[in-house]
Amino acid sequence: MQKIIVGIKRVVDYNVRVRVKPDGSGVALDGVKMSVNPFDEIALEEALRIKERGEATEIIAVSIGPDDAQQQLRTALAMGADRAILVKTDQAIEPLTAAHALLAIIKTEQPDLVIVGKQAIDDDAAQTGPMLAALWGRPQATFCSKLTINGTVATIVREVDAGLETIEVDLPAVISADLRLNEPRYVKLPDIMKAKKKQLDVTDLATLGVSIDDGLKTVHTEAPKARAKGILVKDVAELVDALKKKGLVS
Amino acid sequence: MSLHTTQTSQTSSSEDDAAMLDSIERWVEKEVRPIARKFDQADEYPLDLVEQMKELGLFGATIGQQYGGLGLSAITYARIVQIISAVWMAPTGIFNSHLILAQAVERNGTEAQKQYWLPRFATGELRGGLALTEPDAGTDLQSIRTLATATKDGYVINGTKTWISNGIYGTCFAVLTKTDPKAQPRHAGMSMFICEKAPGFTVGRKIKKMGYRSIDSAELVFDNFPISADRLIGGAEGHGFHHAVGGLELGRINVAARGVGLATGALREALRYAQNRSTFGKPIAQHQAIQLKLADMATRAEAARLLVEQAALKYDAGQRCDLEAGMAKLFASEAAVENSMEAMRIFGGYSYSVDFEIERFYRDAPLMCIGEGTNEMQRIIIAKQLVARNPA
Ligand SMILES: Cc1cc2nc3c(=O)[nH]c(=O)nc-3n(C[C@H](O)[C@H](O)[C@H](O)COP(=O)(O)OP(=O)(O)OC[C@H]3O[C@@H](n4cnc5c(N)ncnc54)[C@H](O)[C@@H]3O)c2cc1C
Repeated sequence: MQKIIVGIKRVVDYNVRVRVKPDGSGVALDGVKMSVNPFDEIALEEALRIKERGEATEIIAVSIGPDDAQQQLRTALAMGADRAILVKTDQAIEPLTAAHALLAIIKTEQPDLVIVGKQAIDDDAAQTGPMLAALWGRPQATFCSKLTINGTVATIVREVDAGLETIEVDLPAVISADLRLNEPRYVKLPDIMKAKKKQLDVTDLATLGVSIDDGLKTVHTEAPKARAKGILVKDVAELVDALKKKGLVS
Repeated sequence: MSLHTTQTSQTSSSEDDAAMLDSIERWVEKEVRPIARKFDQADEYPLDLVEQMKELGLFGATIGQQYGGLGLSAITYARIVQIISAVWMAPTGIFNSHLILAQAVERNGTEAQKQYWLPRFATGELRGGLALTEPDAGTDLQSIRTLATATKDGYVINGTKTWISNGIYGTCFAVLTKTDPKAQPRHAGMSMFICEKAPGFTVGRKIKKMGYRSIDSAELVFDNFPISADRLIGGAEGHGFHHAVGGLELGRINVAARGVGLATGALREALRYAQNRSTFGKPIAQHQAIQLKLADMATRAEAARLLVEQAALKYDAGQRCDLEAGMAKLFASEAAVENSMEAMRIFGGYSYSVDFEIERFYRDAPLMCIGEGTNEMQRIIIAKQLVARNPA
């Protein structure tokens, strides 16, 4: 296997307590810490391990987003990606557009494997990977928690509702990484400096011939209702009592 | 709340620096926090953390890039130290003391010494610290008795150093000696050597400590220890005292940063506890007596942080900052002691339990008032500077 493409999305850091804008038009992003989508980090970590095992030669990190997404691509380069491509867009794009953009990159780069996070922690859509596979006409394996590569076949253990499922796909394919696939490495400080010298190309949707889809419209954003505080019960009897009072058991 | 600005403020640091701080924060949460209590209580040296620190590049943090280090600015370095110290202060000593050794070589060594030693220090392949203090000489450094006597092909060193951080696991130390014990002024007879452990240079004993555990503090014994002349830092005798005190500005910024970290960490623990612990029907954070404490703790931590940033910015700009660094060290170390004490009170009886982190903060904090020049000496130096800068 030669090339692996990894999708890297810039999202609000998972430690940030997200605030909804007062007018409900979205989430406040001013001054908020942004990071690589945690599932994308897992995707990249897997690609790095494949390369370290000698089963791939080049890892390309690709992001579709604003100019600032270069920071997240630099992080990917510092983690070990060989080069990076930013498809610049200042507009919020939906998964279908992201999939089209990735497809355009795939057409020129001809990767043997694409690994993306199972979902991004901002919209939680979990669609880009599957849409990309469909557009590309290649197999997909979502929610991957274990990956082995054997020549042109990948064996994937998937996390599904009923438990674990093992499937095989022919490469090239799209794989989406689940939480338990691996634990990503933390970035070493010298590698952050070295990452500055790695190649980061910037292109945009128009250059790639990708038009922005408008199938999705955000109507209103609202914070989830605050959860009622729990109560501490002394013993099972009190628990049963409390549940009875709420009419949850009879 | 400012707990966060301390760590992610990106105003004066470049994107690289922000990425580095981010990486350090993750490392601390993943690797340092989970083991702190266990290792502290066992007073066990955290070998795994040291390997990770090597990989992270921390042993070369302030060493110039031309010598294989990261060449970090004082302000970025100070922020790294704060992030780690806010969780567990002791591990910072493992690379702090080492970097003071490296700094002694980088500032004062011959080019050949820099070429030889610094790349080895930067990777952490060779680690160590600074050996100044003796059983009968701490603040009054010029009264040390460790003797380096010239021989035909170098020197032999005799004497005992004590309280030396990294003394057991470190292998290489900048050792302050007297090459001419009769010289007047006394400092004119002092010289500093880079000593690697070998026959004649042994560890006397490990010192058992109240806090700042897991990092080894030890007695180092020199018994007719032979050393070649090219280990004399700078190549000429008589400059050892200046080498020792010349690095103090960065040293103080460094101890001050530990103080900020600890003061912030104690506040963080106390704040969380005060919101979860209820008495008389409400969280104690809503009792005024606790609010007064939290407000003072937060203000102290923030003021200390700003003093450190100010000193570090001046240092990075190449300006003289002994006064600023001294003030930062004094204020931040006292803030650490006060905040850890106040956190003890907020935790009530549980503060006394080793099942909570707070008693460790309380035991670790006082060191910062003693190390790198006691706070009594800081005050004297600050006052002298004030007078000198403002003649009547
Ligand atoms: C955990 C730990 C780690 C250490 N690591 C190292 C290390 O790596 N390398 C190293 O060389 N040393 C190290 N030290 C030693 C430390 O630097 C000394 O303890 C410190 O310099 C004070 O010296 P002293 O203990 O001899 O106290 P003394 O100098 O005896 O001071 C005793 C008291 O008198 C006060 N005092 C002294 N002189 C004056 C004066 N002129 N005016 C007013 N007050 C004065 C002091 O402030 C202090 O309160 C370490 C100490 C500790 C506790």
